Amino acid sequence: MMNVLVFVGINTILAVALNLLLGYAGQISLGHAAFFGLGAYISGVLTVTYGLNSWISMFIAATATGILAFILGFPILKLKGHYLAMATLGFGIIVYIVFNETVALTGGPSGLSGIPNLGIASLTFDSDIKNYYLVWLFALISIFLSLNLADSRIGRALRAIHDSEVAARGMGVNVRLLKVQIFALSALLSAVAGSLYAHTMTFISPASFGFNFSVELVTMVIIGGLGSIYGSFLGAALLTLLPEILRAFQDYDIIVYGLLLILMTMFMPGGLVRGVPGILLSLRPARKQGREY
Amino acid sequence: MLRLEGITKIFGGLTALENVSFSIKKGEITGIIGPNGAGKTTLFNIISGIYGITFGDIFLDGEKISRFSPEKLALRGLVRTFQNIELFSQMTVLENVMVGLHTKSKSGIFSCAFKLPCHLKEERLIREKALSLLEFNGIADVADMIAANLPFGKGRLLEIARAMALDPSIILMDEPAAGLNNRETAKLAEIILQLKKSGVTVVLVEHDMELVMEICDSLVVLDLGRMLATGTPLEIQENQAVITAYLGQE
Repeated sequence: MMNVLVFVGINTILAVALNLLLGYAGQISLGHAAFFGLGAYISGVLTVTYGLNSWISMFIAATATGILAFILGFPILKLKGHYLAMATLGFGIIVYIVFNETVALTGGPSGLSGIPNLGIASLTFDSDIKNYYLVWLFALISIFLSLNLADSRIGRALRAIHDSEVAARGMGVNVRLLKVQIFALSALLSAVAGSLYAHTMTFISPASFGFNFSVELVTMVIIGGLGSIYGSFLGAALLTLLPEILRAFQDYDIIVYGLLLILMTMFMPGGLVRGVPGILLSLRPARKQGREY
Repeated sequence: MLRLEGITKIFGGLTALENVSFSIKKGEITGIIGPNGAGKTTLFNIISGIYGITFGDIFLDGEKISRFSPEKLALRGLVRTFQNIELFSQMTVLENVMVGLHTKSKSGIFSCAFKLPCHLKEERLIREKALSLLEFNGIADVADMIAANLPFGKGRLLEIARAMALDPSIILMDEPAAGLNNRETAKLAEIILQLKKSGVTVVLVEHDMELVMEICDSLVVLDLGRMLATGTPLEIQENQAVITAYLGQE
């Protein structure tokens, strides 16, 4: 169970990171698993092959991925809507292929093992419970920073871009630069999550960083609630825990999973964070009326 | 203040504007009028940097601004409102105006994420300024409403409040009175005259002739992408070419 909660923490960081881009700035990315993977692999390769300290590797992984996203962002974020989805999708696939094909560096499809745990002095984060605290410390920090960012001039400018790009530009918002900056920040946070993943699991393989996972991240953000940091946590928690709970349905679990997602998007288009209170509120006056009659 | 020299805009094979030249005087209210399809909105889109220019140049206070992006123009003090109001629909009324104050604040991603004291102070100032702008435009009572839920008339006033937040030297308004009732139009006229009083140059595209004749200091008449006449409202009313363009020839 602790193991699953570690994943909830990692996925929360990822969903929060993607939400800054997708929910606030309104820019889709179908390649975020690649940034997650880059964080994991850069951290993994630096520690395993080059024997670097885990924390330093994590720092390098996050910075390098952020810089890469910043450079990539300028051409790619000129695109809008479906075209941006296609471009980020393509980037995700390229990175996935690189993980698979550069066998000498990454170990290829069979993965990279023996990644050391993170540690402070004599404390090594080598058990599920220790990792749980470690990952959640990072998750809470990213939630805290994202909440602050959302409630600031940057957050307002991002939402303005989402609602009307032409009006945002007319207000003097440097739309192009801000989009790229938030793309880079989102990638950087995803890379931190990737690095945490590598050091807590100690083994990584390309399969965790493919297209499917990119789509799952988008689903987490949408199910949780676009443009809500708490929603991202809810979405990440639900989508990570649901498969575990649905084990009871054995072979039919994937059908139930799909059905639940369809129902949730139908009845809670604003995501869990708005949908659940909405449903509770709509029930309440009905009950009152019942009492009166 | 604003000078247009030989502006021509060609979309594919269609010449939307042809050799349009005029100047706008500082501190005046200038109306751009003309029948539908005359190219008024196209002209606004060109001045505000949304469309590129095919030929010609624009100068703002002597500086050539022909190739400036909308965000750069906003920093130079040129803002506009839109014909079909472009609000940030999912944000509150107050937040809309706060976005207008974006260029008046400087906190970057880092200081915002860590809520540094300088950022918090700036944030408080922005909020106060935004509220006072809402009060000026008579919409402070709906400050916390989501902009999408605003009645149309208040949406217009909000768009003007948001434009004013940039502390502009010149405001372009695209059909500000369209869809407003008489009372709202009167409020609009009052706001525009207030703007003039505080030294802001106003340019409007407008179909409401009563409003235009009442508040404008000078008029520019466009027809089929060409400039037909310029002058004071009285001169324009007497102008034979203008009457022909609007009413047809006997």
